[in-house]
Amino acid sequence: MTYFFETEEHAALRKNVRRFAEKHIRPHAHAWEEAGEFPRALYEEAAAAGVLGLGYPEEVGGGGGDITHVLAASEELVMAGQSVGTTVGLGSHGIALPPIVRLGTPEQKVRFVAPVVAGKKVAALAITEPSGGSDVARLRTTARRDGDHYVVDGAKTFITSGCRADLVTVAVRTGGEGHGGVSLLVVERGTPGFSVSKKLAKMGWWASDTAELVFEGCRVPAANLIGEENQGFYAIMVNFATERLYLAGQCVAIAELAYAESLRYARERSAFGKTLMGHQVTRHKLADMASRIAAARALTGEVTARVARGEQVPHLAAMAKNVATDMCSAVCDEAVQIHGGMGYMREVLVERLYRDARLYPIGGGTREIMNEIISKALGY
Amino acid sequence: MKILVPLKRVADPDNANKVKVNGGKLETTGLEWKPNPFDEYAVETALRLTENGTNPKARQGEVVVVTFGPKDTETTLRAALATGADRAIRVDAADDALDGDLVARALKALVEKEKPDLVLLGKQAVDGDSNQVGQLLAEYLGWPQATFAGSIQSEDDKSLVVGREVDGGTLKVRVTLPAVVSVDLRIVAPNSVRGKHTPPTHAYADGVRFAALMAIMAAKKKPLAEVKLADLASDTALKIKYTGFELPPARKAGIKVKAVSELVDKLKNEAKVV
Ligand SMILES: Cc1cc2nc3c(=O)[nH]c(=O)nc-3n(C[C@H](O)[C@H](O)[C@H](O)COP(=O)(O)OP(=O)(O)OC[C@H]3O[C@@H](n4cnc5c(N)ncnc54)[C@H](O)[C@@H]3O)c2cc1C
Repeated sequence: MTYFFETEEHAALRKNVRRFAEKHIRPHAHAWEEAGEFPRALYEEAAAAGVLGLGYPEEVGGGGGDITHVLAASEELVMAGQSVGTTVGLGSHGIALPPIVRLGTPEQKVRFVAPVVAGKKVAALAITEPSGGSDVARLRTTARRDGDHYVVDGAKTFITSGCRADLVTVAVRTGGEGHGGVSLLVVERGTPGFSVSKKLAKMGWWASDTAELVFEGCRVPAANLIGEENQGFYAIMVNFATERLYLAGQCVAIAELAYAESLRYARERSAFGKTLMGHQVTRHKLADMASRIAAARALTGEVTARVARGEQVPHLAAMAKNVATDMCSAVCDEAVQIHGGMGYMREVLVERLYRDARLYPIGGGTREIMNEIISKALGY
Repeated sequence: MKILVPLKRVADPDNANKVKVNGGKLETTGLEWKPNPFDEYAVETALRLTENGTNPKARQGEVVVVTFGPKDTETTLRAALATGADRAIRVDAADDALDGDLVARALKALVEKEKPDLVLLGKQAVDGDSNQVGQLLAEYLGWPQATFAGSIQSEDDKSLVVGREVDGGTLKVRVTLPAVVSVDLRIVAPNSVRGKHTPPTHAYADGVRFAALMAIMAAKKKPLAEVKLADLASDTALKIKYTGFELPPARKAGIKVKAVSELVDKLKNEAKVV
């Protein structure tokens, strides 16, 4: 299925991205997931295929299009590439760059955005800290102004693409307590005092690296400040709203893939003298899966279309994320069930998707935090 | 150089199991369409010959793509325009009112109008696998032809050196332009096409190029003309009559052999292949 907002242009885009994913990701999907990384060369290949720059303006070397195109393309990456870890690793700039595109100076766009959408550099976003991720306003990493530099001290954790990132958009405390003291600062690899302390082992998303970053007296040029000092919190929240739709879209795509795999297996596998599909219970299970996917797709699509139209609807994005993540977890669980013992085996795709799905109610703001946003917006 | 590339859409070969036969006729509703892969290679080849590979945006020639079919085949043309072709023509016709000979005759009339230096096509379409249009067209035009090209070198606009894929190797021929050339799979390898505008050190990415969103949007604005089949061919009678279609028999389950001697025995006496 596709989103209701899609046009012929989206269809042509999907075809192009599908061809890219089938050629450059699918043949290696399992191996990359098992190895816990994908080759760096993929960034340039994705840039050449027009995949990396989608949703970024032409002036910064982007490929044009809006969030509707990004969602359609990322669905193809997941479904045709069959490696969620690779898709999210390759897409980490999708959360790292938008604040720079929106608030950065022309020089910052040339230095930080252009090389990333060209696949020459890798970007990551670092908000979460070892002491907490949900409560962004209480973050502890400090950036003290010293002449024309900031001196950064603190740590960040669970950072997607953190190990290989050439530049990291870091949330830091430049001012007093609370959200009014938060700024965004770009820290480049190789800056003395900035190091990757750990590559983290995790439940799913294996092909994407997830890192713990440390800043010790790290001197960052003040020219790397994105937007105004102490105005970072709002930029982070705006960024979260689009990230949540990306995540909802990934959930729809993962569920579609798990559903397609289940459909195939149900037609091939026999039990009690007929195929699994021959049992009404299986058919109804699949019908439920398809319906839940369609519902999450409808909501995600509607909110995406609203955002593309310029509406500010963070609470709707939060709703879409919760609906899509719950749906995805449930569909992947049923997919494993339909596969029986095979569904528990590492060689089978749905086993991996089941693990990948578990991230979504946590990353990009937890299920509970989404409900906080929704209840505040609805006035209770 | 001006190159004409005839294209055909085919039912997605990866979904061949969706093809249904109904009363001896092929059921085409509900099929997903894809450009014939060999035709995509022909477009890629044409683009490589009419550009400097290090700066493909500045076109150094013209590539005109043409297809025969109903309105929805324009998707195939737009896709070719998105990868870089300059202009498109759709010859309006129903899918089942065409055969290779009629297409070749209509193409002859179109070539006489368009006057390209080269007609590049896929060696065959992967649906009917007829492998006829290129050869018939060359004959009708009285032009030289080189089929199954795995490599093409173009030093000037007067001739091409074509490496033809033949049994046991490659046959290099020089064809004088204008000519008809049909291409094989290897033509899209990184160094198969040597255009005169591209430095010899340049290696292409393997395969057919991708079309970014911006190119897809730009393709909507490129010229796409519609021509009536009757304007190109006065006689639209078909030479090929299809008398029936049948699905291939379902594959039987395989067997496991215990020893090499048993395998040899089966190959010899049952399969009769050795
Ligand atoms: C694979 C992976 C990739 C990630 N990538 C990135 C990245 O690239 N950049 C980045 O900055 N972060 C990233 N994260 C971090 C992610 O955004 C955080 O894990 C998430 O925001 C939750 O923060 P936390 O882990 O500190 O949980 P905590 O904030 O400690 O929360 C723990 C639990 O308490 C609940 N809770 C907290 N506050 C409340 C409340 N007020 N009411 C009710 N319940 C509450 C939470 O919902 C959760 O269930 C990633 C995480 C993972 C696992």
